[in-house]
Amino acid sequence: MADQGNDDKQGAAKGLPSSEPPGYFEGESMTRRTAFTVGVQAIGGIAGAAIVLPAIGFAAAPLFEQEDEPWQAVGPTSDFTPDTYRSVVITIVFGIGETGKSTAYVRQGNPNLTGLPSGYHKESPDEYIAISTRCAHVGCPVRFVQASGNFICPCHGGVYGFLGERIGGPPVRPLDRFQTRVTNGQVEVGPRYSVTNHFDPVRARDPGEFTGGIWNYLYPPRPSVPPPP
Amino acid sequence: MPKVPRPDPLSRPESPGQRTNGANGASANGAGPADVAKEAGGDALGWLDERTGGTSFLTGMLYRKVPKGTNWFYTLGSATLFAFTFQAITGVFLAMYYTPSPTQAYGSITHLTNDVWMGEFVRGMHKWGASVMIICIFLHMGRTFFFGAYKYPRELNWVIGVVLLILTLVMGLTGYLLPFDQRSYWATIVANNITGTGPIVGPYLADFLRAGPEIGATTLSRFYAIHMLLVPGLIIALIGAHLYLVVKLGTTAPPWMKAERPKSLRREEVG
Repeated sequence: MADQGNDDKQGAAKGLPSSEPPGYFEGESMTRRTAFTVGVQAIGGIAGAAIVLPAIGFAAAPLFEQEDEPWQAVGPTSDFTPDTYRSVVITIVFGIGETGKSTAYVRQGNPNLTGLPSGYHKESPDEYIAISTRCAHVGCPVRFVQASGNFICPCHGGVYGFLGERIGGPPVRPLDRFQTRVTNGQVEVGPRYSVTNHFDPVRARDPGEFTGGIWNYLYPPRPSVPPPP
Repeated sequence: MPKVPRPDPLSRPESPGQRTNGANGASANGAGPADVAKEAGGDALGWLDERTGGTSFLTGMLYRKVPKGTNWFYTLGSATLFAFTFQAITGVFLAMYYTPSPTQAYGSITHLTNDVWMGEFVRGMHKWGASVMIICIFLHMGRTFFFGAYKYPRELNWVIGVVLLILTLVMGLTGYLLPFDQRSYWATIVANNITGTGPIVGPYLADFLRAGPEIGATTLSRFYAIHMLLVPGLIIALIGAHLYLVVKLGTTAPPWMKAERPKSLRREEVG
């Protein structure tokens, strides 16, 4: 008690009690206490990062892994005509049963089509057109209606023309397509790609995302889908 | 009969410096076993209280002063808390039967609903309780807004409440997929694609939610983990902060209650 009293008197003499920790000397840049505080916090931060960063990477890994989209045979070339679509069942995601399946509409290329939208290439009878049923609005399944020659979405009234071009309703771009090829007389359907309103192929986008021009940058391509043809 | 001195396991241990006289516990004074039993409850509480300080904490929380005019509208927050507790309990028991796999989820839900005893009831409680919780939150929020209870110094509690509202909506979104029927599948497709329409980050966020470009093998388990581990943990932590601030800052009087001024400050009523 007596010592403390002396300390108080010394402090009172200066007006304020001394704020210097024990062992302080003039010109010291970092006290031992500060050094230990910073050191412990740094070690704690490293330990926390060692737990959190791998966990975040673990959760975000699928963003950077390209999904395997193998080519699938959907039928002999004789099944498909140039004038109308034929629906085929394809597997989008393997290993999850019915949930991974989807439908696509396939037809033979038709060189006689007229009134093509600007930018649309002239089709040849050697190629096959595979159109995704995933509506470009929010992803409901569209249906090809034979009587009108249109693709119609049941959810919000999106309407697409014979080429999959948007002609009405809320969709923001034409229907997606699948790459196609013919192997041993079998039509094969490959990875999905999206198209702009001028039918330039781009890397597959999710429904609801515009394509073309500045939109290709506002909705950037994802590394999880393969590049367009 | 001479009394044998023996230790009394139920009596409080005396702190040093507190020994006052020889009267040391009831049994030492020749009280019967009924008296010992009668005091045991109090002694057990005392034992707990001495080690936790829980009594003063609970007294401070439960017997805090509330303003005049406090009415039934002030129970909406407790109603929301009750709804959340209800969801947590029913959810734990639903998790005992649910399988978050794309090929088995729907089957486990139909099994749970149709075969398990009371399963339909528990699942129904969880399903309808979700709507009850959302309704309670909005009523509670409306009460806070219209009573002006979000104003200084309670702004932070309003912000925490809004985060809790968003987390509850996330619970609704992620829980919707779990039955894995046509409705939940397509609703999740739509919700994911709406997420994707956010510029720049949207496509990546959608990929993150789905664990890939399509609803795949791990989307369901990802939603399940978010629904039953991640978001409930956040909600519980934030409810703790929310309640702490309510107790610390107190509640507001309804806006129609005027503060009573001291008599000396009151003007004469004009007759």
